Amino acid sequence: MSTRTFGEPIKRNEDRRLLTGQALFIDDVELPGMLHAAFLRSQVAHARIRKIDVSRALRRPGVVAAYVADDLGDYWKPGPLLVPPPPIAGIVFNQRTQVPLAKNKVRHVGEPLVIVIAESRYIAEDALDDIDIELEQLPAVVDIEQGLKAGSALVHEDLDSNVSAHVRQTKGNYATAAAKADHIIKRQFRYEHGISSPIETRGVVAQWDKRANQMTIWDTTQAPVFIRNGLAGMLGLSERQVRVIAPFVGGGFGPKIMMFYPEEVLLPWVSMKLNRPIKWIEDRLEHFFATTHERGQIHDAEMALTRDGRILGIKDVFLHDGGAYDPYGLTVPINSQCTLLGPYVVPNYDSTFTQVFTNLTLVTPYRGAGRQHGVFVMERLLDFAAHELNIDRAEIRRRNLIPADAFPYKNEIIFQDFQPLEYDSGNYEPVLDMALKAIGYNAFREEQAAARRQGRHLGIGVACYVEGTGIGPYEGAKVQVQSNGKVSIATGIGTQGQGHFTVFAQIAADQLGVAVTDVDVVTGDTDQFYWGAGTFASRGAVVAGNAVNEASKVVRKKALKLASDLFECAEEDLVLEDGKVSIVGIPEKFVRLGDLAGRANPMRGAVQPGTEPGLESTQYFGPPMGATANGVHAMIVEMDPRTFDLKILKYVVVHDCGTVINPMILAGQIHGGVAQGIGNAFYEKLVFDDQGQLLNASLADYLLPTALEVPRVELGHTVTKSPLNPMGIKGAGEAGAIPVGPLFAQAIEDALDLERRGVELLEIPLSPSRLFELTRNAPG
Amino acid sequence: MDIDDHEITISVNGVRYQRRVESRMLLSDFLRHDLGLAGTHVGCEHGVCGACTVLLDGQPVRSCLMFAVQAEKHEISTVEGVAGGDGEYHPLQQAMHDHHGLQCGYCTPGILMTMTAFLEENRSPSEEEVREALSGNLCRCTGYQNIVDAVMAAAKRMRG
Ligand code: FES
Ligand code: FES
Repeated sequence: MSTRTFGEPIKRNEDRRLLTGQALFIDDVELPGMLHAAFLRSQVAHARIRKIDVSRALRRPGVVAAYVADDLGDYWKPGPLLVPPPPIAGIVFNQRTQVPLAKNKVRHVGEPLVIVIAESRYIAEDALDDIDIELEQLPAVVDIEQGLKAGSALVHEDLDSNVSAHVRQTKGNYATAAAKADHIIKRQFRYEHGISSPIETRGVVAQWDKRANQMTIWDTTQAPVFIRNGLAGMLGLSERQVRVIAPFVGGGFGPKIMMFYPEEVLLPWVSMKLNRPIKWIEDRLEHFFATTHERGQIHDAEMALTRDGRILGIKDVFLHDGGAYDPYGLTVPINSQCTLLGPYVVPNYDSTFTQVFTNLTLVTPYRGAGRQHGVFVMERLLDFAAHELNIDRAEIRRRNLIPADAFPYKNEIIFQDFQPLEYDSGNYEPVLDMALKAIGYNAFREEQAAARRQGRHLGIGVACYVEGTGIGPYEGAKVQVQSNGKVSIATGIGTQGQGHFTVFAQIAADQLGVAVTDVDVVTGDTDQFYWGAGTFASRGAVVAGNAVNEASKVVRKKALKLASDLFECAEEDLVLEDGKVSIVGIPEKFVRLGDLAGRANPMRGAVQPGTEPGLESTQYFGPPMGATANGVHAMIVEMDPRTFDLKILKYVVVHDCGTVINPMILAGQIHGGVAQGIGNAFYEKLVFDDQGQLLNASLADYLLPTALEVPRVELGHTVTKSPLNPMGIKGAGEAGAIPVGPLFAQAIEDALDLERRGVELLEIPLSPSRLFELTRNAPG
Repeated sequence: MDIDDHEITISVNGVRYQRRVESRMLLSDFLRHDLGLAGTHVGCEHGVCGACTVLLDGQPVRSCLMFAVQAEKHEISTVEGVAGGDGEYHPLQQAMHDHHGLQCGYCTPGILMTMTAFLEENRSPSEEEVREALSGNLCRCTGYQNIVDAVMAAAKRMRG
C-alpha cells in the first residue's frame, strides 16, 4: 500500500449530497398516490379510555381511514422485549412493553389512541379535532420515590407495584471494607438526562406493493435489519418480502433505535390494508412526547476510603425512572451501575437498583445511555472525599487509577452486553497528565487568585471516565469491485452523521489500493446487506469497520491471485495500487482492478471448484466483548456570582479510543458529544407537573445549546490499542457527553467558593435559577 | 373549514413557478413538497431551529413561519441554488467540507443560507460575530466549532 489513508483526516464522501440539498431524508420520500398519517395522542398521563368515536373524522373530505386499537384485531400486540434481562442472580424483571394504540388505558402523555389517514398531512391533522374522546383521568405516577410507596397509583394494574426491575450486583464485600475504612463519604445524588432532540424528528414511509408482494419501509431508524425482521414477523411476511431503508438520518443519538415505535408498527399495516403508500413525519411537539427520553435517577451512595484517599469500596442504591414501558430491559441502569466504577480500582462494590414504572414517556438509551449518571456519582464522591481528606482533586483521582500493568482488568460484574465487565486495555495516568497540562492545572490557583482580585470568579474542574464501546453481537460487510474499477461496500448498520461513508471507504481504500472517493458505501438498506444489528453503543466503527477490513482483505487476496494467474508470476511480485495490479519494477505491466472484476465473472470457461465468481467478499466480525475507551475532561469557567451566568473559558478533552481511523471525524464526534453534555449539565431539563404534563415541550422552552454556549474544545489523544479486534480500535461516539455533569458541578463549586460556603452541588442539570436557589441562604 | 386557494407566482433560485396553493400552506411545505426542493429542511416548525431558513430577497427568513402566499412576487433562494450552475461549491460549502462543518447534515441547508447572507454583509467577521450570527441555527451534532471555523475560512477566501 503506497498511500495510507487510515489515520488521516480524510474529508467526507457524503458531504456533497448534504451540502447541495440532494441527500434523501425521510420526508423527502415522495410516492405516487401517497397518503398521510396523523395520530391522536393522549393529552393526559394516566386515564381509562371510556369512549373513542371517529365517525365525524371519517366524514371530513379527504379523510380515508381512522383506526383505533380494536380495529387492529390480532395485529394488536405489545412490542417485543429488545434486550432481555442479563444473567444476574436474583434479578427481578417485569416485562411490560409498549402497544401500537392504547387500549383500555393510556399510560403517558403522547401515547397514541387513533391513527388517521388522509390525502394530506394538513387534512389528517384537521381530522384529529373531529374525534370524540372520553378519558377518565387517574392519578399519575410521576415521582419515582412516590411511585414505590404503598398506595401509589399503578401504571400497570396487573402488577402489585410499580417495580419494573430490581438488580443487585456485588464485587468483594463492601460491609467488611467499610468497617476498616478511615473515612466514609455519604451523599444523595440526583441526575436527570433529557432528550436527544435530533434536529430531524422521526418518520416512517411504508409502501405495500400488492403485485410484487413486497413491502418497502423507509424509516429513521438506527437498526434497519432488526426492524425488517420484526415487521416481517408481525405482518406475516417472510424477511425477503420486506425491505427497510434507513435513508440519510438527521441525527439519532439513541432514541432512533427504539423498537418498535407504534408508528413503525402501524404504517406498514395500514399500507397493506389500503394498498397505498403512507407517510408519517413526527412534528416537534410529538417528538417531545412520542420519542423516547432519558430521565432521572436518585442515588444513595457511599464511598469508603483510607486516610490517604484510596478507595476501599462503594455502596450505591439507586432508583431509575423507566417510564411507562420497559422494552429496552435494563440497559440504561446497568450502564449506570457498571460505568460508575470508572477508571479506578474499586476493590469492593455493592450496587442495587430499582427501575420504576412511571406515567411518563418511555426511557431508552440516549448518548451515554446511563453512563453519565454513574460517572456523576463516582466523580462527586471523589470530590467530597478530596475536600474532607484535604487532598487535591486531581491527586485523589491519580491515586486511584487502575495501573497500566493491571490490564485486562476484571470488575467481576455483568455489563449490558451480558459479558463480565472487563477492561480490555488502557493506560490511564498519561491521559490525566495530558489533560492537566493542557488546562494549565498547576498555574490555575494563581490565575484564579489574580482574577478574584479583579472581582472575577474562575473555577476549574477535572473529571475522568471510561466508556464501554463496540459491543457485539456482530456486523458484516460486503466489499465488491465493480467493473468500472470502483469499490462498493454494503453494511447492515444505519448511519446518522458519524461519517461511515468515509471511514469504511478509508479502510477498503487502503486494502485495495484505490482512492477513498472511488469507494461507495451503502448503509441501512436491508436489500443491499441482509444481516446486522445496528448503530448503538459506539459500535459502528469498531464492529462494522472490522468487518469491512476483513472483507477487503479477502478481496485483495482474490485480486492478487487473479493477477498472478494472468501474469504467470508469484503474488509476492505484484503490487496493488492506484486501482491496478502491476508487476514490481515493471509498472507498464498492469491490469486494472475493474478488468480483474470482469475476469472474475467470465462469459465462457469454468469458475474453478471452490472459488466464487466476482471480485467480492462478505465477512462478519463479532468482538468477544466490548472495548473500553477512557478519557479526562477539564474545564475552566467564569461565573457571575449575581446572575449565575456561566462562561466556559477553556475546555480540554484528552482521550484514548485505541487506533484512530479518521482524526477529523473523531474530533467531530467529541465536539458534538461535549455540546450535548453541556446541554445536559446546564441548559436542558424536562419539566413535568405532578400530573405528568411536560411543561416545556418546544425548542423555545427546552434549551438546546447554541453556538454561544458551546466553547471551542481542545483535544488530545493517546493510543492504547484494543486487543479485541485486529485494527485495535475502540468506539468514541459517546465519550464527549459522559463526564460533563460532574465537571460543571466541580468547576461551579470552585468558582463560587461553595465548599467554604457549605453548599454542595448534588444534582444535574444545574441552571442559573437553580444555583440561585441553592446558594441564596449560604454565607457570602 | 373552507379551503381557499390562491394562484401565486414565486421565483425560486431564479426560476419562476406558478402554482395554486391553499392560503394556509407553509412556505417550507410549498418548497419541499409542491416544488420538490426538498433541500430546505424543517426541524421544529415553530421558528426556533433555523433548519428551514431560506433567503427572501436576499434576507434570511424561516420558511416554516411564512405562508407560501406571502412569498408571492418575491425572490426566494434555497440551498439548491447555493452552488454554481456547474456544481462548483460556494466558498462556504467548500469550507464546510474542508472543516468538517457537518455531520448528519440536517441543519446544514439552514446554516448555509443564514451564513452566506451574513458573509455578504460582513466579510471580516470576528469569531464572536460569527457565533452570534450562527446562534439562531441549532445543530445537535457538531458542537458548532467546525462550522465557526468554516465560516471564518470562507470569509477569508471571499475577501480574496
Ligand atoms: S423548522 Fe423553521 S425554524 Fe425550525
Ligand atoms: S450536522 Fe446534524 S444537526 Fe447539524
